[in-house]
Amino acid sequence: MAYADAAHDHGHGAHAHHPSGIMRWVQTTNHKDIGTLYLIFSLTMFFVGGTLAFGIRAELFQPGLQFWRPEFFNELTTMHGLIMVFGAIMPAFVGFANWQIPMMIGAPDMAFARMNNWSFWLLPPAATLLVVSFFVPGGAPAAGWTIYAPLSTQMGPGMDLGIFALHIMGASSIMGSINIVTTILNMRAPGMTLMKMPLFVWTWLITAYLLIAVMPVLAGAITMVLTDRHFGTNFFNAAGGGDPVMFQHIFWFFGHPEVYIMILPAFGIVSQVIPAFARKPLFGYASMVYATSSIAILSFIVWAHHMFTTGMPAAGQLFFMFATMLIAVPTGVKVFNWIATMWKGSMTFETPMLFAVGFIFVFSMGGFTGLILAITPVDIQLQDTYYVVAHFHYVLVAGSLFAIFAGTYFWLPKWTGHMYDETLGKWHFWLSMIFFNLTFFPMHFLGLAGMPRRIPDYAMQFADFNMIASIGAFGFGLSQLLFVLGVVKCARGAGAKAPDKPWEGADTLEWTLSSPPPYHSFETPPVVK
Amino acid sequence: MISKWIERFAVAAAAAGTVVPAFAADSKYNLPPPQTIIAQEIYDLHTLIFVICCVIFVVVFGAMTYSIIMHRKSVGHKAEQFHENTTVEIIWTIVPFLILIGMAIPAAKTIIAMKDTSNPDLTIKVTGYQWKWGYDYLQEGVSFYSSLATPREMITDNSPAGYEKRKGYANYLLEVDNPVVVPVGKKVRVILTANDVIHAWWVPALGIKQDAIPGFVRDTWFKADKAGVYRGQCAELCGKEHGFMPIVVEAVEPEKYAVWLDEQKKKTAANAAASGSMDPKAVYEKYCVACHGAGVAGAPKLGDKAAWEPRIKQGPETLYKHALEGFKAMPPKGGAADLPDALIKATVDYLAAAAK
Repeated sequence: MAYADAAHDHGHGAHAHHPSGIMRWVQTTNHKDIGTLYLIFSLTMFFVGGTLAFGIRAELFQPGLQFWRPEFFNELTTMHGLIMVFGAIMPAFVGFANWQIPMMIGAPDMAFARMNNWSFWLLPPAATLLVVSFFVPGGAPAAGWTIYAPLSTQMGPGMDLGIFALHIMGASSIMGSINIVTTILNMRAPGMTLMKMPLFVWTWLITAYLLIAVMPVLAGAITMVLTDRHFGTNFFNAAGGGDPVMFQHIFWFFGHPEVYIMILPAFGIVSQVIPAFARKPLFGYASMVYATSSIAILSFIVWAHHMFTTGMPAAGQLFFMFATMLIAVPTGVKVFNWIATMWKGSMTFETPMLFAVGFIFVFSMGGFTGLILAITPVDIQLQDTYYVVAHFHYVLVAGSLFAIFAGTYFWLPKWTGHMYDETLGKWHFWLSMIFFNLTFFPMHFLGLAGMPRRIPDYAMQFADFNMIASIGAFGFGLSQLLFVLGVVKCARGAGAKAPDKPWEGADTLEWTLSSPPPYHSFETPPVVK
Repeated sequence: MISKWIERFAVAAAAAGTVVPAFAADSKYNLPPPQTIIAQEIYDLHTLIFVICCVIFVVVFGAMTYSIIMHRKSVGHKAEQFHENTTVEIIWTIVPFLILIGMAIPAAKTIIAMKDTSNPDLTIKVTGYQWKWGYDYLQEGVSFYSSLATPREMITDNSPAGYEKRKGYANYLLEVDNPVVVPVGKKVRVILTANDVIHAWWVPALGIKQDAIPGFVRDTWFKADKAGVYRGQCAELCGKEHGFMPIVVEAVEPEKYAVWLDEQKKKTAANAAASGSMDPKAVYEKYCVACHGAGVAGAPKLGDKAAWEPRIKQGPETLYKHALEGFKAMPPKGGAADLPDALIKATVDYLAAAAK
């Protein structure tokens, strides 16, 4: 009945007849609504994961066991990782994809609108399973977010809940990716060839292929853990002819592309923001596309650099070291391109630009430590130390998260029809930047000096830097409340009315729509010349 | 003004080159002072790559900083509209590639040197347990366990006094009851395995870290050049006490090593005698009864003829093998890892005889 009405109204261009209240959100098949749902979900999980990080940093504030039992500390580190990766960062980028891809390619919606609804609504139950695992006997998974066997086969039922949650989130990601690929390949406006697509769309196209390729691999790995745990199989149990190291190979064959899944859309956002605020076209569009593709392809042949200490043959170590070092080339091309785009531009530094430039600066530091870690002998010294913790937070927080902030401030005026509070945004940027570095920069020193990661207590020589890192972490966490305040203010219409194109240098299709855009946009496709 | 900035960057870059080696002393900013050839090579590799990265960082972000200062709208800079330049793009692809080759060559040499475990003077087998280390000096027949020596109350005392006590406590969390002792200047081959989950044996100053994997054997090596005490920790998450299984290696002069070895041999012999005084029945009552008493997890019960008959038919060698290496739910040696093989076999005979 509702369907018939909608079809009927469609002809008259009136689209206000969707359910109201909570059912609007439960039943929605609109890419903008679903994008909003993803972003709110992600923000919620970001604060859940952040709360766990507070627990970690509180325990590590001083030597000694102050707050938690060691096993609960392991639950905190594990769940912080799982929730931030699968609950916060990945859904945030899918939220951006939902909002932006149809508007940027001139499509009316995503290709599979109902599947889109289903992809999103799988996530809240999965997140619930993850959080509930804290309350079952034996507690939440405590084997690290990498859930290495055979440690993960020792865990209580919390691990099973975690495995189911990952299965569901993986299914959601695969469906979301198929939707994105189909939308991009089939629904571009006339005249928009692949090489005319905005870079954000390109990076998501490549990311979606990565997701389709590796999420089933993760599903395989965790299913084998599940059957080892309950059905007497011995995939990873040496006593039964299995191999514990095989788990790591399978996990990291997923895990390394996963790292790029979390950074390529960030590259895309930054590649939209920098030209807009430099008022100058992206320096090397084609080479950016090729660099992104090269990174994606290389990501499939470097996984064992996470496993140099497992004791692979010299030939294996050499191969994975060379392949990993190669990634520095396309990554360098990207950084050089952004800087060449800024060069001789006419730059202004509103909050999105601040986060984008901050991204380049701090992400590159994570890139450099990545290169240092690629050198096998050095990696063997630094593997599983705080140096690695510093490295991946430089690329995931200063990289992915800062790009998410840049994108949010960039598109908020379009999404809500109101400008965000610029002063608040700048405070958010500067406090995040300072506290981020205060938290994670000292961790390089801790790792070099020999502090292992995932320990609840540490030797005295590590005390000073841990205290600094903890102070930084509390500051960073609290600074994020400014972000929530800014977004809420903007969404409630506190700011000035946003023009259709609030950014002088922005030139993609979404800026030709009104702010906020109509509920159904581009029903008649625009023509791209 | 700008030229001054550039000058300052140049000075900073030069300083990075000279300051880094100055960190070589025991520093909380850098790798610990290297004590083996390999650790030294790792240290030098890290310094080399760190300095190269610093130089690139200064050049690239110097350019970015210059652009941020000069090319802004607020100073009236008009945007130029250039883009794409094949020459520039080829250069910034090729140059990093060449720099990478320069890094890869010395790194490859070190990898090959690290893998050379041939011709050791001494071989020590390291076994990871949840949560302690077991050491076996294979040629010498010396075996012992090594656990954290810091008292639990010291770790969990949350009073202000407890914090002060920890601060004044030497080697908090980095001390063990029985350290590994090795002679100075001898090549030590370490072979590693684990009993339960994956652990990693890591001594930073010696430049070695190797996972200990249950059911598999890995090896690595080190040669301590100077006498001293070198401390490390388990580096692979292995459960709740992962943070509390340190490693202490004491490198001593060969004479002192000989004395230590002598003592250890006596201790090991005394231990063997103590366990030798156990008879199979005592072993059964201490270890096996937990499962074989009530038939837990499919274990055949003591004296249950029907259950034992098909198993006995497999022959004593199979039974011994299963008992020693573990089989299905049964852990190796039924969990009594420190008992000699002969005693385990005798216990198997005892169980088999009871079912006949």
